Amino acid sequence: MRDAFINSLTELAENDKDIILLTGDLGFGVFEEFEARFPGQYFNVGIAEQNMMGLAAGLSLEGKKVVSYSIGNFASLRCLEQIRNDACYHDANITIVASGGGFSYGSLGMSHHTTEDLAILRALPNMVVVAPCTKNEAKEATKQLVSTKGVGYLRLDKTAAEEVALAQPFSIGKSRIFREGTDLTLIATGGILEEAVLASKELEKFGLDVKILGIHTVKPIDKEEILKSALETGGLIVIEEHNKDGGLGSAVAEVCMDHAVLPNKFLRIGLNNTFSSIVGSQHYLREQYKIDHNAIVNSVKKLCNL
Amino acid sequence: MTNLGVSSHIASILSMADILAVLYGEVLRYKSEEPKWAGRDRFILSKGHAGAGVYAALAESGFFPVEKLKSHYQDGSDLSGHVSHKGIPGVEFSTGSLGHGLPVAAGMALAAKINNKKNRAFVLLGDGECDEGSNWEAILFAAHHKLENLVAIVDRNMLQSIYSTEDTLSLEPFAEKWKAFGWNVVEVDGHNHEEILNACKVKSKVENKPLCIIASTIKGKGVSFMEKNILWHYRSPQGSEYEAAMAELELNNA
Repeated sequence: MRDAFINSLTELAENDKDIILLTGDLGFGVFEEFEARFPGQYFNVGIAEQNMMGLAAGLSLEGKKVVSYSIGNFASLRCLEQIRNDACYHDANITIVASGGGFSYGSLGMSHHTTEDLAILRALPNMVVVAPCTKNEAKEATKQLVSTKGVGYLRLDKTAAEEVALAQPFSIGKSRIFREGTDLTLIATGGILEEAVLASKELEKFGLDVKILGIHTVKPIDKEEILKSALETGGLIVIEEHNKDGGLGSAVAEVCMDHAVLPNKFLRIGLNNTFSSIVGSQHYLREQYKIDHNAIVNSVKKLCNL
Repeated sequence: MTNLGVSSHIASILSMADILAVLYGEVLRYKSEEPKWAGRDRFILSKGHAGAGVYAALAESGFFPVEKLKSHYQDGSDLSGHVSHKGIPGVEFSTGSLGHGLPVAAGMALAAKINNKKNRAFVLLGDGECDEGSNWEAILFAAHHKLENLVAIVDRNMLQSIYSTEDTLSLEPFAEKWKAFGWNVVEVDGHNHEEILNACKVKSKVENKPLCIIASTIKGKGVSFMEKNILWHYRSPQGSEYEAAMAELELNNA
């Protein structure tokens, strides 16, 4: 996804002198071409995220389209108040890019596990929160966030689901259907959608025809499709590589309750109010925390008494 | 304003009143009838708790009617205790949480350099807020990128929220710190208009350095019982105290 992001940004910068890329001293091996081709539009601001976000606000209020880049929580939590006050309150034009959503940097430890960002950032007014599910979505999200006014958060995952031909074109705020089905809807955001796809194949063997809904935009969320899925399928299973509190599952539940739509079944699959002090690959940690495809299958079987 | 609104921070406002008077009276380029004029100098009050001072300066400079100041702190007012830009012509940036102004001003100065514009970015900081690490991130950045169009003025009144700056987290040797970080530093009496004005005229461009003006001030300046008294960071002048304060200020003006 990171490559999709920088390639997309490079394409945009070819025709837009106002794009400014700030990095908090991360992106070794990623930004060299961008820096060489657009030297006046690239600044490595050092390991100083609060200043990076303040600079981004200042630049953007002068008409620049700013992209700030760091990894994991450094891009967001380290400078959260700057994001709230300087960026969101001032309707700045900034795309905050965090490489390494969820357990992407699983082996690096707790500091690098990005597992509360969606909840925290979606609480901020004037914020768009996007966690692409596929590489193509990462490319399109970059294009749309950078070209659209406002503050956006782009969470890039190391893993990505396969793109599906039948899914709708990418548009911020609109979910995409990766598989049609009627028995249940598996809803996921980010690269972990790949686990939902794998789970759906396994569930088929148990006679379950599940719909898969990819929600790349956690805020503003696609209420219409969530309500439709709640009403037209046998229930909603929400999967996220993120703590459950305030995450995608919460957002989906809010939509249902706000519209007094009660799904027949409802289950949130995510981290249970926890930090991981063990390390490992992204797939290993998904298994450990029971958010991988096997765990999804088991949870669904239990839910459906299969 | 602080009397009608029963608001705090009068001493912080008096501390920087002379600096604002020089900035809005003689230094900053702006058009009050066209607040968003592209050629304006940018000014950010980083010590946002003294926002009433900026509102007053803007009203006196013609950005909006002086009458509006009476709504400060009142129910439904957009003149908030900490300076806010929404609906207030002339306020460049909203602050209130300390340590935010300098990075943003550095961003504005950088944009002006990129765009080859002549305008400067000014930011007024409290000395206490120099405890915030975000400032020092921006101080490093501004020197590294030779932002000679950036001016940071520090209201050095030596007091912060509970104790003096030196008893809380000592800043001294303060000027040396800025110098060591690569800034051009000028120290002035923050109540001497001529000294402030001359400092703002210093051409940092020659040295390709951002400019720091350390303005030595007295918190609560002009009202004897408020001067250097931390109580007046919080207390609102009411009744006889208000009358006594106004009488002293009138006398000073005469």
